[in-house]
Order: sequence, then structure tokens, then C-alpha cells
Amino acid sequence: MSNSNPSGDSGDTAWQEYLTGGSRGAHGQSAGHQADPSASASTSSGEPEGPSAPRRVIGTPSPATSRTMLPQAGHHGPQRPPRELPPGPEDPIKAKKAERIVATLFILAFLAGLGFIASYEIFGAGSLTKVLRSNLALGGTLSLSLLALAAGATIWVRNVMPTVELTEQRHLLASDPKDKEEFKETWEEGTDASQFVKRPILRRTLIAATIPLGVAPIILLRDTGPLPGKSLEHTVWRNGLRLLVYGTNRPITPAEFASPGSIISVVPEGFQNDDDALAKAATVIIKFRPGQMVFTTENHPVPNKVVENWTVENIVAYSKICTHVGCPAALYEQTTHHILCPCHQSTFDAAQGARVLFGPATRPLPQLPIGVDSQGFLIATGDFPVPVGPSYWERS
Amino acid sequence: MSWITARRRHPAAGIAIIALVLLLMGAGYAVVTNGGTATAAPPAASNAAQIAQGRSLFEESCSSCHGNFAQGTSQAPTLIGVGAAAVDFQVSTGRMPGQEQTAENVRGPAHFSQAQIAALAAYIQSIGGGPPVPSAAQVNPAAGSYGPGQQLFVANCAACHNFVGAGGALTYGKSAPALTASTPRQIYEAMLTGPEAMPVFNDLTITPQEKRNIIAYVTQVRSQSNPGGFSLGRVGPVTEGLVAFLGLLLFLVLAALWITAKHGKAHE
Repeated sequence: MSNSNPSGDSGDTAWQEYLTGGSRGAHGQSAGHQADPSASASTSSGEPEGPSAPRRVIGTPSPATSRTMLPQAGHHGPQRPPRELPPGPEDPIKAKKAERIVATLFILAFLAGLGFIASYEIFGAGSLTKVLRSNLALGGTLSLSLLALAAGATIWVRNVMPTVELTEQRHLLASDPKDKEEFKETWEEGTDASQFVKRPILRRTLIAATIPLGVAPIILLRDTGPLPGKSLEHTVWRNGLRLLVYGTNRPITPAEFASPGSIISVVPEGFQNDDDALAKAATVIIKFRPGQMVFTTENHPVPNKVVENWTVENIVAYSKICTHVGCPAALYEQTTHHILCPCHQSTFDAAQGARVLFGPATRPLPQLPIGVDSQGFLIATGDFPVPVGPSYWERS
Repeated sequence: MSWITARRRHPAAGIAIIALVLLLMGAGYAVVTNGGTATAAPPAASNAAQIAQGRSLFEESCSSCHGNFAQGTSQAPTLIGVGAAAVDFQVSTGRMPGQEQTAENVRGPAHFSQAQIAALAAYIQSIGGGPPVPSAAQVNPAAGSYGPGQQLFVANCAACHNFVGAGGALTYGKSAPALTASTPRQIYEAMLTGPEAMPVFNDLTITPQEKRNIIAYVTQVRSQSNPGGFSLGRVGPVTEGLVAFLGLLLFLVLAALWITAKHGKAHE
């Protein structure tokens, strides 16, 4: 019973008929004889009557071999006894019920798949609301379709297919010694025939031909560059650039920014729409009451320096970019004069040169030196003295 | 006619006429300066009766912490110079009078009527000036444009209040409140006066029109639909990720259990 499969076993025929009968049922032709539990359990009187050969369903093995789970392994490995399928599902009524559920799930998957196509047509894109609705409908229908398919397949396997325990042997991963020996022979034969050793000009030109190809991927690494160079160490701020209120692009005077406890985001004039520049140059200005700010050498970002003339009328400017990983640090509590970063809760004291009070940031927010121009508007008097943004290893 | 003729030489007539004229001038000045304010806005500080009412309310409900003359005590800051806008914000949001000493006062039902709040505001305005209560036209969201408003909101407000005004945590038990229940007037007053830990955005830094734009954004974003059906507090990707992670992970575990569960008895 190993390679030739006799086709007249009683139990096998029943199972085979169940398979083909079931598939007929799914095609909507007939589910009659198979709904009767006694029929599928005890039809053992030889071949089915109707078609001369059992109908073969697409995707199933040919009827002659459908009785065993797996074809025999051929001449490789030891011969194993053939495994035979049980005559049918343990509980045909339950199987029938499961079959209906599976069919329903597959129909659901079909409809949801159609729904996916339909929602693509119906919702479209073009506005925020449309995109939101479209995403929801596309994701919802696709998930429903895939879930229904998966659930149907699972129920099919669990409740319709017979329960069989399969055991498969693992094989050694190493090659057969005989195979190894054969490979060695072939290799040596090839070496001899090619005269690789005897003809150095061929050997050397071949090696030369492959070298550029080997180097090519390393050259492509250049695409990750260019190296930042000094660009991380400076921003577009320079002496004389006005501070514009971000969003309104208006310059601002100390007299306008006069309420203690104020904070506002500012951008350098001329760069208000330059996102590349603003990524480093974003700045906040904060107004204090007289005497609130404390600048000492130990609190100041620049070692051994007291540079109180950086502030104008108790207005101080700090980089808005957190020195930890570069989030916009702009939560400002005017009562405690703490600047918080929303990402990792780094806390800076705005009244003390933005020194770090808490959190993962390790250095103060850089302070922008500011002054007033001839028309009374706030200006920068230079760039940030230290690099803004996340700290990095080469930071000076 | 005879009624006036009979009394115009009365000794009190002169005083009565002066009082009447003063009252009319005061009322007229109030109408002119407020530019047709809504009824909710308190009348001008010249209304002596209102100030007197405000003063007595202040002495009853506020003076124990803020001092008999609003000069401030160790418990609470001075209110001289905070202006009517600050009073209207604090009292109309129910934050004042404070019930207990906590990290901050939270929003709740107001303890005073509109008229009483207006009287308190008029009293505080009369003793030290400060930003007045904005008019209805000043805070009308319909007069603002929420596109520019969003830009200002995201740059200056969203760090604390979240990008749709859902609020967020601050330090030491404080938090930036959600803006979902704030009235346009309260939003304006909060920007103007900087209550509690909030910074100040005066009218010269963020102009009244820009404030209207911000109000338009804050009120408009509330009506934005949640196409997924759940807003999840609208606090952003953290909750969404958490729900997806915990919810879907549980689903996947259960599905794996279901698929691999043994059922029935394996045949020999």
C-alpha cells in the first residue's frame, strides 16, 4: 500500500465521497445525500453511482492519491508506513453546521472585499475629512475581509477536517558525506579544467574585474551624507536680525512685549518661511519682572561668564529646541518660570539661564543675545554662542 | 409741568439735577467706551452702586485670603492691578473663591451670578485698573479665522493645552486645563491675564484680531468629527498606540489560542 493506491477501501471511499459531495454542496448542486449522517458514515458499497470517475475539485489531489495525507517520500529516507485519513469528521452534524458558518464567513469576506473597492470609489480623497473617512472605510473593510477569511479557514480546519495527529521527522542539516565528496570532486575537476592556477593573466584580470563591484556598495554609503560639518554649530541668527512673532511675522518692541510672565515664539526676519532654517533657529522670548532673573557664572551656559547685557528690559531669549533630543520645549509656567519639554519632561529654569532642573537634558537651553535696533524693535546681536538642539559627541 | 414748577426752587433740586446729569454722562461714557458691549459685560467703573456691591461681595467672600483691601496676604496674591478680566475669568470659571489650598484651582460651576461677577470685577477694576473684560465683539469666533488661529495656537498654546485643546500635565500637580468648556470670553481673558501658571499674551503681542483667530480655532476644532468613532481623549498617538497595542495584542493572543487549541480526540 505504499506507492500504488488501491481505490476500493471502504472507509476511504466514504471519505472521498464526503470530500466530493461536500464540494458539490458548496457549488450549490446538491447537498442531499451528504446531509444524511448515515449516508456519509456507511456508504461503503463501492464507487459512487453518478459520474464514472469521482469528480475532482480544483486544488485537491487526484482521487487516486487523495486517500493518503502525503505522497510517499520516494527513494530518500526510510520508508514510512502510509498514513490514512479517518473515514470522516467525528461529528457530521457539527461539520455540516461548521460548513455553513465557514461559507457565511467567506461570503462576508467577499462582500467586505467588494466594500473595500467600493469605499475607494465612494470616499476618495482631497480633503482632511474625506481622507479620514476613506482611511476608516478602507481599513475597516480590508480588516473585516481578511479576518473573515482567516476565521473561516480556521473553523474549516478545526471542525470540518478530520482530526489527525501528524508527526514529521527532523533531518540532520549537514550534507551527506557522499554529497560532500562529490562536490569536492566537481570543484577540483573545475579548477583543473579552468586552468585557474596555470594561467595567471586570466586569474588576475578576473580578480581585478570583481574589485570595483565589491567597492561599489561602500561608495553608495555617500548617499547618507554629506557630513554635517560645522552646520550643527550655528543657526541663521546674526547681529541685526529682527525677532518676528511666529505666525504673524511682526517685529516686536520691548514696550509691546511688556507684560511680565509673557512668552512668545519668535523667528529670524527673512527666514520666517524657511523651514530648514527654522528647524534650528526657533526661539522663544520671555518677559520677567525686574530682579527675577539670576545670572551668575555658575548658572550661565557659557563657563565663567556673566553676560546680563544679553537681555533687554528683562526680556530673555532661549532656543526653543530641547537639548535632549530636540523637541520644541515651550511649556512655560510663569509662576515657577520653568520651561518644560513635553517629550521627556526636561525642566529648565528660565530665570537662571535655562539651567537644567530635572530630566534627561544635560545642558541649558542656549541663550540668544538680543538687543534693540534704532527703531526700537528687538533684534539678535549675534548667533547662539553654543550649538542648539540635541547634544552630540563632538559638540564644542 | 406744574409738578416741576412746584419743585424747581426746592433746595434739593440742584443736587438732584447734578446727580441726574452725572448719571447720564457716566452711562453715555460707558456706552461709548465699550462700543456696544453685550449685556454680560460689566458696565463702566463709574457705576458707584455696582462698585459698592462688588466691594461688599469682596469683603464677604474674598477678603479672608486676598486681604481687606485686596492687598494680598501670605495666602493669596494682591488683586490690585489684575483688572476686571482676571476677576471675570477666575470667578466665572468657578476657580475663585478657592475652596482649599491645592496646587491649583480647577474649573467648576461658578459660585456667583453674572451680575455679582460683574460687580466684583467692577470693584477690582476701580481699585487698581488693569485689563478690562473684553466685549462680545472682541471675542466673537465668527469674526476670527481659524487657519491663522491654528498656527498661533500650535506655536504658543499647544505645548501645554494639546493641539486640539485637550489639556495636559504640568509640574507639581498642576495641569493645563482642557479648553473644551471654555467660553470665547474666558479664552480671551486667559490669554490677556495669564491665570495661574499660564503665561500672558497681551494685546500688543497677540493682537485682538489674532486672539479672535485663536478663539475661532479652539471653538471650531471642538466640532471636528472623529471618523474612527472614538476620540480617545484626542490626546494623540500615545493613547492610540496604547489601545492598539494592548487591545490588538490581546486579540492576537486569543486568536492564537483559538487556532491551536486541541479539540476532539486525535485518531490513532
